[in-house]
Amino acid sequence: MHMADALLSPAVGVGFLAASGGVLAYSAKRVQDEGDDRKIPLMGVLGAFVFAAQMINFTIPGTGSSGHIGGGMLLAMLLGPYAAFIAMTSVLIVQALIFADGGILALGTNIWNLGFYPCVLGWWIYRMIVGKNPAYGRLSIAAMLGILVAVEMGAFSVALQTVLSGKSELPLGEFSALMLGIHFPIALVEGFVTLSVVNFVYRIRPRVVRDSLGIGPAFEQDEPSYKPLLGIVLISTLIIGGVVAWFASSLPDGLEWSLHKMLGPGEIAQPADEQGGRLARLQEKTAPLPGYDIAGASPEAEGVQERAGNDEAPAVWPHVSRGKSLSGIVGSLAVLACVCFSALLLVWLRNRQPQNSQREPLE
Amino acid sequence: MSLVDASRLDRHAYVDSVIQRLDPRAKVLATLVFILAVVSFDKYTVSPLLPFLAFPVLIAVLGFVPFGLIARRFALALPFILLIGVFNPLLDRAVMVEVGGLQVSGGWMSFTSIFLRGLLCVTAGIVLIATTSVPRIAEALGGLRFPRVLVVQLLLLYRYLFVLMDETGRMRRARVLRAGTTKASIRDATGMLTTLLLRTVDRSEAIWRSMLVRGFDGELRSPRRLHWHFSDTVFLVLVTTGCVFLRMNPITTRLGGWILNP
Repeated sequence: MHMADALLSPAVGVGFLAASGGVLAYSAKRVQDEGDDRKIPLMGVLGAFVFAAQMINFTIPGTGSSGHIGGGMLLAMLLGPYAAFIAMTSVLIVQALIFADGGILALGTNIWNLGFYPCVLGWWIYRMIVGKNPAYGRLSIAAMLGILVAVEMGAFSVALQTVLSGKSELPLGEFSALMLGIHFPIALVEGFVTLSVVNFVYRIRPRVVRDSLGIGPAFEQDEPSYKPLLGIVLISTLIIGGVVAWFASSLPDGLEWSLHKMLGPGEIAQPADEQGGRLARLQEKTAPLPGYDIAGASPEAEGVQERAGNDEAPAVWPHVSRGKSLSGIVGSLAVLACVCFSALLLVWLRNRQPQNSQREPLE
Repeated sequence: MSLVDASRLDRHAYVDSVIQRLDPRAKVLATLVFILAVVSFDKYTVSPLLPFLAFPVLIAVLGFVPFGLIARRFALALPFILLIGVFNPLLDRAVMVEVGGLQVSGGWMSFTSIFLRGLLCVTAGIVLIATTSVPRIAEALGGLRFPRVLVVQLLLLYRYLFVLMDETGRMRRARVLRAGTTKASIRDATGMLTTLLLRTVDRSEAIWRSMLVRGFDGELRSPRRLHWHFSDTVFLVLVTTGCVFLRMNPITTRLGGWILNP
């Protein structure tokens, strides 16, 4: 499931862009160091294959719905983790741009959820189980486990990123339970389809599967080191595990409050850097619906029951006045009218110009 | 998702206009600034977001991107946004705004805000791609010091994307004609995926050989060079100032107040 820009806060978006960028830089270095020209067109075409593969829908037994494979883990089993991560990154960039899946700021989170987990974490699990002698049974178990972990981590990540961004009211506990539950049958079927495909490919073209494990002829002298990979996995597990543990010990929707306690209010209130504080103050002065800030209220006041009470509302939003709301609405209508009118005017002006050059795309 | 739409979106990038002539790096950076400004608003913000519509509308008009196309793309992105956003009105019921006896809860405000953010971010992305094209964006990423291997990967992926999707479309049609049903079982899907995968691996081998005889050394060289003109600086500065100004000044409320009490 793709994360959308609309659900992200700048801090979460930029944070994951940085994390994914780091993994990308490391992967690019590894692939360039390998210096295998043959792999570059394979990566490109397999990236396109992921799109094609996602067009092939199959029914998920028992649910009546249909699904398709994510493809990240399959790429990792054919290309190795680093090349697969780069291929998956390019797939997600094109999906964000052309197919409106996800968004530009959300790219970091999507690359993390759908690229890092299957290509790096899932592959690592797969590599640990398969070892040096990929027999069919072991290959199947390894692929299945890798995908289950990768898909569920991705699903949990979507919930975590949404809640951390604070745009949705869904509490993390329920949201992640929902996401994990929805994705479990999908992961099972994806795992089954992927392991069947890989087993078949292994029977026909064993080299493709063996190469990516680092046991093909090209790699025999140079056994790759898994220490940096282990480091990345450990660190991300610690971060994510830490978040979960400390979340579980606090209130269901006390996540922001806990963040405040851990980082101190200053650190979270900085999503837009130095501007953030000034912007927030300026906005508070002038905004029609000024900072009803969850983090500002005590966590107990967050409860749905308390907030549902009408008599409490004035205490929470002392600035709201009818006059201001009304001017907000009138202003909104005026702005919309302005935008529409200027767009029409511009279109009219544009079409009045002599058509001396090619304006319409070739059909 | 329609393949025709996807290929048509990119074709507008080859139209000649002010926007299309801008350096792709300037457009990528400007879009990022715009999206950051939009998502940095508080979760209940609605009216101050509206003036931001001017950015995608202006670029769409100047860049000859049809609004129908944008609307269809946005419709694709809508379900996920609605799915997550729809919980807000259910969970957050405290009254926040009151207009003429009509009480609007905080949940509805944040839901509207999520919808507006989605509209702004998705349309910004669409006008970016529709006026720039994927290969130009890949070049821009190269110009912004992204790893070369990613740039080459994007160019190759985009080159073979529609080829493979066409092939898959033919395979799917062939299966439907033989099976008589559009629903594919897991076994059918596995068979098709395997065939497609083997063909893809063979294709990459053929591509590699033909690229090798033409002197391929792991790098794709573009005949076009990126040129940063003064107009690109002006464009980027204008968009940034505009976004910062609109972020700090809720002109919508001021305008409304001015209309009510001139």
